[in-house]
Amino acid sequence: MSIEIRGLSKAFDDHPVLRDVSLDIPEGELVALLGPSGCGKTTLLRILAGLETADAGEVRHGGEEVSARSARERNVGLVFQHYALFRHMTVADNVGFALEARKAPRAEVTARVDELLHLVQLDGLRGRYPHQLSGGQRQRVALARALATSPRILLLDEPFGALDARVRQELRRWLRSLHDELHVTSIFVTHDQEEAFEVADRVVLMNAGRVEQVGSPAEVFENPASPFVMRFLGAVNVFLGHVDGGRAFVNELEFAAPSAPGRTAAHVYVRPHEIDLHRAALPGSFEARVVRVVVLGASARIELSAPGYAGALELELDARKTEALALVPGEVVHLSPRRVRVFPIAEGEPDSLTASRL
Amino acid sequence: MKWGLIAAALLFLAAFVLVPAAAVVVEALRDGVALWWKAVSDADAWAAIRLTLLVAAIAVPLNAAFGVAAAWSLTRFRYPGRSVLLALIDLPFGVSPVISGMVTVLLFGAHGWFGPWLDSHGVKVVFAVPGIVLATVFVTFPFVARELIPFMEAQGTDEEEAAHVLGASGWQIFTRVTLPNVKWSLLYGVILCNARAMGEFGAVSVVSGHIRGMTNTLPLHVEILYNEYSFRAAFAVASLLFLLALVTLFAKKTLEWRQRTARREAARRSAR
Repeated sequence: MSIEIRGLSKAFDDHPVLRDVSLDIPEGELVALLGPSGCGKTTLLRILAGLETADAGEVRHGGEEVSARSARERNVGLVFQHYALFRHMTVADNVGFALEARKAPRAEVTARVDELLHLVQLDGLRGRYPHQLSGGQRQRVALARALATSPRILLLDEPFGALDARVRQELRRWLRSLHDELHVTSIFVTHDQEEAFEVADRVVLMNAGRVEQVGSPAEVFENPASPFVMRFLGAVNVFLGHVDGGRAFVNELEFAAPSAPGRTAAHVYVRPHEIDLHRAALPGSFEARVVRVVVLGASARIELSAPGYAGALELELDARKTEALALVPGEVVHLSPRRVRVFPIAEGEPDSLTASRL
Repeated sequence: MKWGLIAAALLFLAAFVLVPAAAVVVEALRDGVALWWKAVSDADAWAAIRLTLLVAAIAVPLNAAFGVAAAWSLTRFRYPGRSVLLALIDLPFGVSPVISGMVTVLLFGAHGWFGPWLDSHGVKVVFAVPGIVLATVFVTFPFVARELIPFMEAQGTDEEEAAHVLGASGWQIFTRVTLPNVKWSLLYGVILCNARAMGEFGAVSVVSGHIRGMTNTLPLHVEILYNEYSFRAAFAVASLLFLLALVTLFAKKTLEWRQRTARREAARRSAR
């Protein structure tokens, strides 16, 4: 079932959590709501589920306005971050709960529970209690429970947040393949970029209650629509410069830039893997001093300082290449950015990342 | 130092708990079981036992229902006046039971606010069973709520929200999710509430009128016998209350033990 969201706003005690959010999710898509904590993504999910009421705006499921319907009447599957399994019920009773609440015949419930437990690969565990299961198993029970009534929409709130790294990795792939099998319209909330990119067809980036950008993982990574998106998706180096006409300037360096009226201050962003390192000065390069070389398996991170450009700089290189270069802390090298993104500085923009990352 | 403190604690416990408790039992049985039985099976004593059981049978279920409702509303919703309600629940713990009794008289007594109206309709509250029940309900209403509120607060609302999204009605959520989750806490609160309901003296003393065989509860009966210098009979009846204390203690310990082993079992299984 498709989902349309129009002009949704929500505030808690005069503190705005969602500001005029609009979004279209076509039938059968798997979408990630990605953003830092406090950006409103969980609130948006809870409004879609009917657990929270919006102050303004519309929500349509399959073209039908559902704002007036309670969570009970929406037939939406919801998976909670901490599973929220019924602790005094067995796995089978948990999974069959929605059907029993609808007074379905016992034989039908049993058959459906078997089917679902098979789907989530927990066939042998129907008599166990939640506290007898591992985190990954609990999350799969929660998913089976949410799917019991064959909802046309599945919502997942940080579904892998409480699991350890290995299990999370495994469940992500599994969720993706499950979606490819079921094709139920799914939205999941996450603050983990890697998770969003790995699982989702499309990513919705949220910041301070607004949607910043919607697009495929490659789109939002390669063409970030805002400084927030640029900074939120992976490491980044920032230079302070200005734009003038169609060009951006940082000290002596010059780059192509979106045209802006007159001379405006701007941030020039460069990803650590999009900088070239040279031993000798080249046109368009600048000087930096090596501070530290950190080898991280297949790649290496080189930390540098470049007074006048940025206090601390980061570069990502192939580990083998780094070894061949044999960089020594204190050594002076020359850097030339291969690709930059320029964003003129707008004043007073709400942004939950500014203080921490710059 | 350590042993000194332990010895001091034990000595204190012996002087103020064990010795009086033993004295009650010894005094009650001093002249043999036959005399004890005679005192306990006396018609007035029986009436007192019946009334005490009746009062508890009304007050305890009432307060269990109220406690669950109060805990539910206080932990599941946010509304103005919530903290005031929370403070009000503690009120009976804070005031002397005598005042609780006085309030009942003030409201329902012959010269009270509602007394004349009730009297003209043939309903007698003060110096009758309804007054005793009212006073007992007032004194014992915090027990269940106080037990449930922190427990439900800690449990959170996730499971109830999950049930709601899964299509359960409010009643289904309450009977199939909320109640099974709080049952041990609820039972614990009920046991404490019952012990207090049967043992309450102050509030009941004010509203009872001390009519033998009619409005005397067990604690009041003990006092009357004592004031009449029937020490043997007083101790015999008191030993019944002491028995109630033992039963309560035992039930309380069993529940705590059950909860602890359940938790340990859960921890052991999740560690595996």
